[in-house]
Amino acid sequence: MSVDLATVKRVARLARIAVSDEEAERMTGELNGILGFVEQLSEVNVDGVEPMTSVTPMEMKKRDDIVADGDKAADIVANAPNSDRNFFLVPKVVE
Amino acid sequence: MTDLTRLTIAEARAKLSAKEITAVELTEAYVSAIEAANETINAYVTVTPEKAREMAKASDARIAAGNAGALEGIPLGIKDLFGTEGVHTQACSHILDGFKPRYESTVTQNLWNDGAVMLGKLNMDEFAMGSSNETSYYGAVKNPWRAKGSNMDLVPGGSSGGSAAAVAAQLCAGATATDTGGSIRQPAAFTGTVGIKPTYGRCSRWGIVAFASSLDQAGPIARDVRDAAILLKSMASVDAKDTTSVDIPIPNYEASIGQSIKGMKIGIPKEYRVDGMPEEIEALWQQGIAWLKEAGAEIVDITLPHTKYALPAYYIVAPAEASSNLARYDGVRYGLRVDGKDIVDMYEKTRAAGFGREVKRRIMIGTYVLSAGYYDAYYLRAQKVRTLIKRDFELAFQAGVDAVLTPATPSSAFGIADEDLASDPVKMYLNDIFTVTVNMAGLPGIAVPGGLDHKGLPLGLQLIGKPFDEETLFKTAHVIEQAAGRFTPAKWW
Repeated sequence: MSVDLATVKRVARLARIAVSDEEAERMTGELNGILGFVEQLSEVNVDGVEPMTSVTPMEMKKRDDIVADGDKAADIVANAPNSDRNFFLVPKVVE
Repeated sequence: MTDLTRLTIAEARAKLSAKEITAVELTEAYVSAIEAANETINAYVTVTPEKAREMAKASDARIAAGNAGALEGIPLGIKDLFGTEGVHTQACSHILDGFKPRYESTVTQNLWNDGAVMLGKLNMDEFAMGSSNETSYYGAVKNPWRAKGSNMDLVPGGSSGGSAAAVAAQLCAGATATDTGGSIRQPAAFTGTVGIKPTYGRCSRWGIVAFASSLDQAGPIARDVRDAAILLKSMASVDAKDTTSVDIPIPNYEASIGQSIKGMKIGIPKEYRVDGMPEEIEALWQQGIAWLKEAGAEIVDITLPHTKYALPAYYIVAPAEASSNLARYDGVRYGLRVDGKDIVDMYEKTRAAGFGREVKRRIMIGTYVLSAGYYDAYYLRAQKVRTLIKRDFELAFQAGVDAVLTPATPSSAFGIADEDLASDPVKMYLNDIFTVTVNMAGLPGIAVPGGLDHKGLPLGLQLIGKPFDEETLFKTAHVIEQAAGRFTPAKWW
């Protein structure tokens, strides 16, 4: 499979990365190089093979359903580019 | 004073406990060495001398009081991927501009609990995506090794290039690193140091900036095998904050050093003999086989038929997981923000300005392979291939193989800004051809220096073990180290 310029622009949109026409052009070539490389997986017979979901056989750990952490609003917003009274500030999203 | 930076962790530990030296003296020696060398080597992106002095002072007090920890007073460098409270943590990316976490990663907390001293944060490929440390926002790291009679700057490998360079140049006693496809073992091989990626689940991933969650694993880079064993013992833990952390007791790895490998079965996989591999790598491999045989191990040929599919499967799984993990960098909660005309424009501009080329490339690949209609063809198929790769190893282990010996890398260190590699991302990816299978199968792997090539540059051997059998790797790597000797670069910086 390979991608064209329009697909690259669509994927960039999905990934929320602004790309110029020139960058999209360059990426098209690079992505096709990588997709061409991974293409060889299609020759592997995977009939009846389970996808790997865990590296070691283990049960998913579950913690107790109790509040173990919290009251850290100031810590959480400490690194925000823009915040006000422990709220993250973003451009207006609702008219 | 500078002599103190030559000590291994084990040697420094002995001198500290015998009160021949103080932790403050040891730390000062490293701080001076970093001051003198870092402008050239660029291994550290942040140095924390004040914090180091404070920690060293506290270490001296604990030593005096008779309650020294396992790493008491040992100065370490920390890869920039580990969250360190109040200290620069940016995965060497511009998108985490100014980020200083309000928490400490479990691995680094374990080290501080054992008395270690933090010297600073180490350079790396951006978000650990790279094999040369050249994708760092903070610039390339120079390998302390140079070819005989050459002034050309070489890469230290990546992504843990700063960790490997700092250890090789004696700018820290040991370093933390992480390995998603070879990021501990390849730089260790390129710098004549020892690096181990433990079994997935051995070290907690909590507080480490995520790249590909099913592959990422922390481990140490050290001067020798014993130091690597000492560091891993402190780094590893069972952690309720990481659901993939495994509840298996942590052995005293150092006790494996010096144990006999007589009667052990070492597998030699024929699939690791790749086209275009330099003869020197083959010769190194044969040398490694001979050393282990002399030490009493039995050498058996094995087959790992799905080896060639590991790298292509990795370049689906890792970017897919990365595209999901890196979705969090949106200019809202931390790091860089570039304003836009609306919120989507802000996201897109922030991510365009914040991520470097390699990171964008991988996010794009990941987004594409996970997009509607392609999931089965790419990600699901790659995860099935992963099962087959893992099964290859399981069959070898079931047949009695205790460890697998391979070369660590297909070449020695290459030049900074190598045009051939820069023009084709896939060529750079091929650096991880011998290491990536280990991550795909979740197994432990260690890289240990085996010798120098005709240019005088270090080459590494890799040992791959059964899940949670790091002890066998330390024991066997030590046999190689005893035979090969240790390698230190001639100081030019």
